[in-house]
Formats: sequence, structure tokens, C-alpha cells
Amino acid sequence: MVDVRYDIAFRLYPYVRVSAQDAAPLRHPVVIVGGGPIGMAAALDLGKRGTPVLVLDDHEGVGQGSRAICFSKRTLEIADRLGCADAMLAKGVQWNVGRVFHGPERIFEFNLQAEAGHKYPAFINLQQPYFEKFIVDEIRAAQAAGAPIEIRGQNLVTGLAQNDGFVTLEVETPDGPYQIEADWLIACDGARSPLRDMMGLGFEGRAFEDNFLIADVKMTADFPTERWFWFEPPFKGAGQSALLHKQPDNIWRIDFQLGWNIDRKAELDPARIRARVDAMLEAQTGTIPPYELEWTSIYTFQCRRMEKFRHGRVFFAGDAAHQVSPFGARGANSGLQDTENLAWKLDLVLRGLAPDALLDSYSPERVFAADENILNSSRATDFLTPKSDVSKAFRNAVLKLAQTHAFARPMVNSGRLSVPCTYDGLPLNGPDALNGPARSRVGAVCPDVPLGEGFLLNQLGRGFTLLGINTQVPDSLTESGIAVTPLQLSAQDGPLAERYLGAAPAAVYLIRPDQHIIARWPLFNDAATRQALRRAIGKA
Amino acid sequence: MPLNTAPNLPDPDGFYDELLRAHEGLSQAESEALNARLILILCNHIGDGEVLREALRAAAA
Repeated sequence: MVDVRYDIAFRLYPYVRVSAQDAAPLRHPVVIVGGGPIGMAAALDLGKRGTPVLVLDDHEGVGQGSRAICFSKRTLEIADRLGCADAMLAKGVQWNVGRVFHGPERIFEFNLQAEAGHKYPAFINLQQPYFEKFIVDEIRAAQAAGAPIEIRGQNLVTGLAQNDGFVTLEVETPDGPYQIEADWLIACDGARSPLRDMMGLGFEGRAFEDNFLIADVKMTADFPTERWFWFEPPFKGAGQSALLHKQPDNIWRIDFQLGWNIDRKAELDPARIRARVDAMLEAQTGTIPPYELEWTSIYTFQCRRMEKFRHGRVFFAGDAAHQVSPFGARGANSGLQDTENLAWKLDLVLRGLAPDALLDSYSPERVFAADENILNSSRATDFLTPKSDVSKAFRNAVLKLAQTHAFARPMVNSGRLSVPCTYDGLPLNGPDALNGPARSRVGAVCPDVPLGEGFLLNQLGRGFTLLGINTQVPDSLTESGIAVTPLQLSAQDGPLAERYLGAAPAAVYLIRPDQHIIARWPLFNDAATRQALRRAIGKA
Repeated sequence: MPLNTAPNLPDPDGFYDELLRAHEGLSQAESEALNARLILILCNHIGDGEVLREALRAAAA
């Protein structure tokens, strides 16, 4: 038996009995447990690299509920490399303006699109089921083109053993149990990760005593496509804060912060939710437009992470490894960055081009990112939910001052929106020998730049790139069996010069497959480049 | 620049009087709110993280 824990929005991978269920355990190079956005993105990344990958999910498709709705520019850049960003962008709602209110007062507004010259906007809003479906659609297209990806629905992992050199999984199906072996296992099985429990691993952190009510409302209203956030909302029953945000299909996400001591069942009564939504809409429009409740949910959250994300041959990614508050959209977005960090490393190790030590770098790099996300998300939560009288006095002082004084506005924190972390000072990094801009320093993700009709990030291949700007890099360079792709550009002024040269007349950048910068120099140096590449693949 | 804890106000008694008068007639909660706004305004004016950390240490000691 495989229990149905939630309803399906899109039935994308119905259970099919496979011959392996009747045979001796088969060994797979990579098995991914959990077919959510993180697991599927990992499968697509590995499969497109030609590494065979098997996804096991205990359901037959994408779960219902909008859930994660804000997808960041970096997520779209990753999805673009994987081939599914266009569908996301076409369906998603773009927004740039956020307005912040305190009670009835409009305090200030911000515009996310601070800088031109990027292929993707800062954020799109898109219901999570669509996001997942677009990844699976691209998996189907990749499979048709020969990518070695397999998805098995209604395959529930019930047991796990780490052996010398491989992992054995016990898998339950509607036709009974069978065993699978994996060289490497990626656990993407969510915040309550059963695999983490099976391995007896901890998940420590801080719980926040607050409940948030989500009401997804379907209506044709002419609110602008903006993010509206209220501290101490002026409408009845809204709780301590409220959020209004647009999704595709004329759906509006409304969030109410209800506090800790609530009766969850009573609060989920549709009549009670409608009373809250009515009060909010009436306060904004003077009338109550017709609407339908599309999806409702009450959630609480914690900020926590595993001590390390690699345990032998098992890697943890996404919510299974780390959990943050929703403020800042750092959950799904950071999970995507986990998979892109891991995919190229696993691929190189499975091809025998990099040592096992490369895989050790996954945990420190992504723990570093998780800590940054947890820090930002905890700070936002402390601002939203002051824990004492004095913290509330300071919070409200900031909100009041922000109405008249610019200095207080950067302190208003309704979530610091997700940006990729820079791996400052981590072991795979090479030298930063260029007096260049801080944003493109060693460890950072390459900032995008318009190039002719296209964009820089599209010029970076699946592998390593050696970028020369106003200085020559060789036409070919192979180190440790890895061919580095050269990219020769020139720039006098404009975004490329601003983002990659700064005051320097020329620059050479060595770039990882996940578009993080390994090293940079004022001129090409063969020995230094080779040494930096060896270090970036765990060989030095 | 280190935190200046030497006498720096030209008219200490006058300033103290102005500070108290700003709170006159306020409830406890209103006074706390005023203090919070005042602290934030002054911290922004100082604008030096190291000086502010020194000030926090001095105040907590």
C-alpha cells in the first residue's frame, strides 16, 4: 500500500509496474527520492548531462495548492539552462512594485527592477504546480531526445541502508515491495523528510510561534500587479500583518498573520475566511467583488537546517536539508540552487573526471547558503512578529519614521527577497587577482549582461568557461580531461564593462558549470588557470 | 573614530531639561515609542557600526 497524502493537481507520472520489481536489485548511478520541484530539477540537470537518473515519488503527480508562488531571477536563470524558463515566464505574473502599509497609512513603495540588462525579471509569481509541471514537461522532452531520466510514481521508499560503495532502498508499490541499489542518493523528500528520519539525522533550529492563513482568491479585480503588505492591517480580523499578491489565472494570494493561540479548524471554516477576505476587499475597493476561494491553508514554520547535507552516499537538498520562513521566498529558490550545485559535481565524479572529494564541497557551500537564508528569514520574522514589548516598540518606531524619513525605509523588513549566495572563502575557490567589481568576485554567480541580441548567461555552456574580456584566452584548454570552453568578448563601457571590469582594463574569468566564478585575473596565465580548475574539481 | 564618552554637550543641564520636556504628558507606552524613534534617528546620524557597537556595550555594562 502507498498512502495518498494529498490531492494531485496534474497527474504526470502514473504508476506503471516495471520489470525491475520482479528481478534482483538493479544498481542505478543516481536515485532521487521525492518528485517535487527540487527532485525534478536535479533529475533534469543530471539527465541532460547524460548521467542516468531515477526519480522515485510516492504520488503520481504534482500536489495541489499554490504554495511557493515567488520564483526568483536566479531560479529562472537556472530553469533557462535546463530549458524550461520560457514556459514559466510566459505563464507567470511579473511584478516590480511593492507597497508597504502600516495600518491605514501607506508608508512607502519600492521597485525591484533596479537595474536593466538582465534576461529575467527579479521575480515572477507562479503557482507551484505549474512550476513543477513545466520542469516535468521538459523532462519528457529531454527523454524523447534520449536523456536517461526515469520517473516512477507511487514508489514509496520505506527503508534505506548504506553499504560499502552503494545504498540499498526498500521501495513499496501498489504491487508490493522491491529493492533498488544506488551509487548515489539525493533526498529531496521535503521538510518532514522520511529519509532523514530513517537515517536518524537531526534537524535543529528555531520554531516561530505564529500561524499564517493563506487564502487564494479567484476574482477579476483591477488591483495593480503589485505586492501589497500591511503591518497591523486596518481591516477587521486581519491579524498582525497581511499580504496581497497576484498569481496567474486571476488568482490573488491573500495572507493573514493570525498569531499563535488559534483554533486551526475553526479558522479554516470557509465562512470565517470569507469574512476576513470581505473585510480586506471592502477596505480596498469600497465594495466586495464576487470571488471564489480557490485554495486555503494554515501554516506555521521553523528556521532550521541539518548539520551537514552529505552523509556518505546520501545528499540532502531543498526543504529536506533546510527550512526557512516564507518571507523572502527563500525556500524553493534556494532548493533549486542546491540541485545546480550538486548536479555538475555528481556528473563529473560518475564520469571519473573528479575525485569523491569534490562531492564533499556540496555541504559546506550549501550550508553557507542555508545559513544566509535562515539569517535573513529569521530577521524578517522577528520584524513581522516582535517577540517582546520593546521589540514591538522599535518595530513600530521604524514604521512610523519610514513615513517621513528615508533612512528608516531600508529597516522595514517584510522579507528580504531571495538572491543567490556568494561562496566567499570556500574551498573550491581560486585566486581573486583582479581589482574588479565586488559583485563578480570569486564565489559569486555571474551577473547577467546583454550581449548583442542575447545575454551572457546563455553563452556559458554546461561545462567550465574561460571568459576573456579585452584580452586573449586560448582557443582550447583541457585540464584533467576536462575541456574548458573559451569565450572571447570585448567591452569599453556598458553593462559588461561595469559588471566584470570595473576599473580594470581587461579580465579573465574562470567559471563553473553552475555559473559561479572560480577565479579571475587581469591576464590569462596557463599554469594559474589549470591550478584553479584542479582546485575547483576537488583535486588540490 | 572611537565612541566619545568624554563630556561633549555644550549645555548638559539644558539638554537634560529638553529631553525630559519631550516626554512630558506622555504615557509610558508613548514615552517608550518616543525613545525608540529617538534612538533610531541618532543611530542613523552616527552611522558607524563600530561606534554603535561600542555604545551598545557601554550602555549594557
